[in-house]
Amino acid sequence: METTPVTDAPSSAGWTPDQPLVRLVDVRKSFGSLEVLKGVSMDVAKGEAICIIGPSGSGKSTLIRCINALVPIDSGTIRVEGQEVNDPDLDKLALRRKVGMVFQQYNLFPHRTALQNVMMAPVHVLKQDKAEVEARARTLMAKVRLADKENAYPGELSGGQQQRVAIARALAMRPDVMLFDEVTAALDPETVKEVLVTIRELAEEGMTCILVTHEMGFAREVADHIYFTDAGVIVEHGPPATFFTEPRDPRTRGFLSKIL
Amino acid sequence: MSEVFTAAPAARQKGDVLPVLLPFRAPAPRAWRWPRLRLVHLVGIVGALLLIGGGAFAQGGAPRLSALEVIWKWFPLLMSGFGFNILMSVLAMALGTVAGIGLGLLQIGENRFLRRLAWAATQFFRNAPWLVLLFFAMFMIPFQFRVFGYTIPFPDWVKAIIGFSLPVMANMSEILRGAVASLPSGQWEAAESLAFSRRQTLFMIILPQCVKRMLPPWMNLYSLITMATVQASIVGVSEMLTLTSQVHAAEGGRPDLLAPLYGFAMLCFFVYCYPIERFTLYLERRFQLNQ
Repeated sequence: METTPVTDAPSSAGWTPDQPLVRLVDVRKSFGSLEVLKGVSMDVAKGEAICIIGPSGSGKSTLIRCINALVPIDSGTIRVEGQEVNDPDLDKLALRRKVGMVFQQYNLFPHRTALQNVMMAPVHVLKQDKAEVEARARTLMAKVRLADKENAYPGELSGGQQQRVAIARALAMRPDVMLFDEVTAALDPETVKEVLVTIRELAEEGMTCILVTHEMGFAREVADHIYFTDAGVIVEHGPPATFFTEPRDPRTRGFLSKIL
Repeated sequence: MSEVFTAAPAARQKGDVLPVLLPFRAPAPRAWRWPRLRLVHLVGIVGALLLIGGGAFAQGGAPRLSALEVIWKWFPLLMSGFGFNILMSVLAMALGTVAGIGLGLLQIGENRFLRRLAWAATQFFRNAPWLVLLFFAMFMIPFQFRVFGYTIPFPDWVKAIIGFSLPVMANMSEILRGAVASLPSGQWEAAESLAFSRRQTLFMIILPQCVKRMLPPWMNLYSLITMATVQASIVGVSEMLTLTSQVHAAEGGRPDLLAPLYGFAMLCFFVYCYPIERFTLYLERRFQLNQ
């Protein structure tokens, strides 16, 4: 429902839907002397759900943050619908309305109600009509099964509920791709599932999703493609069927044997 | 070693749960109420009265007024002085708060030069004795300004207010900077990923959350500045302390009146500042629970 690209979004020159929606080529990033990304390349097609897995500190979160320019990269190219992210004259507004992001710590705005959290960006950033945004926000709250919590403040919601509001908040911008940065890592075990169900529904509706996750069962079930990162490089990638059953690289095998 | 391990289960057999296993329940915030009079307060008040009235019993001479009578006689004048202290504190606080918010915003702003300048000003005025700042204002500001043929007088008490507002400004600037820095960085990140501009993020998301955090230290600052206003007596403003010493002189400079008169001034400030202090404490506790 929210997956159709907005027609008035700035069209990027030369991009057609048959090309990768997100394309990373040889992306490098260092924090001081520590090189976190050592030449990462990947393509994400429209409507695809991909999972990035790997040990802690392997650069997964940095990688996903580069895509919406929360973290500037040192070299390489990142293109979202043809728009170059690593560009000094980057139109951040245009990029960020195309790319939604959900964080591990939810990061809802605690002084606003759930519904206001969802409405804020479309109203104040995109300057859309308030009544229209409110209707859309209510639909989204119902979609994440929180229609009865519209007027609750984030502090009154459980972790899983807050995370679903965060998903609705990102969707309210009508993004073309959603980034999920370990969104279930801070949740109580019993609320993990409700969030995963929401994400799976999104993926099934055709939303392009890029997930960093430790939920292997979920990755196997939902992802079209799995990327395994270790020490700043993509060691191996493939569809879940082959990735989990016939890992080729010894590092992948070592990682999988530890967690499965 | 083994004793340690066996001791714990033995203790638990009695049916009590280990404290760490109990669910943490924060105490419910208590509703605000005026500080109730307790024994300790009563002792203080009676002590103060004895101090004030003490002279009367000791002297007892026929034509001389007792300390309480002296205070009663000059009560309107002394209270007008105290009112002046409060007026100065309110105006200095208002001026300093507005200026301090401006300075604090510059401190967290994007312009590097202004940021450094604001930081330097904040540190300079924060680390100067308040009395020195008061002198600074008294002697650096002319007693009148001439603008377009109009003469705007700057009496001493106005200069004193400016002098007191300088430390308020610097402390307010630091309170604001601290409050903004204390918010989790995730708030900035979330706002950024939703394409909010820096200005929008600051005014719609960050600062509204900071008001709560800034209120207790701000009230604390007010309490401090109120008590500091008596320093204006040194530069000749007729506030309570000045008037108290004048009253003392008018009563012939009797040594037995010293303690009661100044004790009365002390009591006035205590009665005014103590509820503020209690209310600040209450707010702090409430906000901590609501985080």
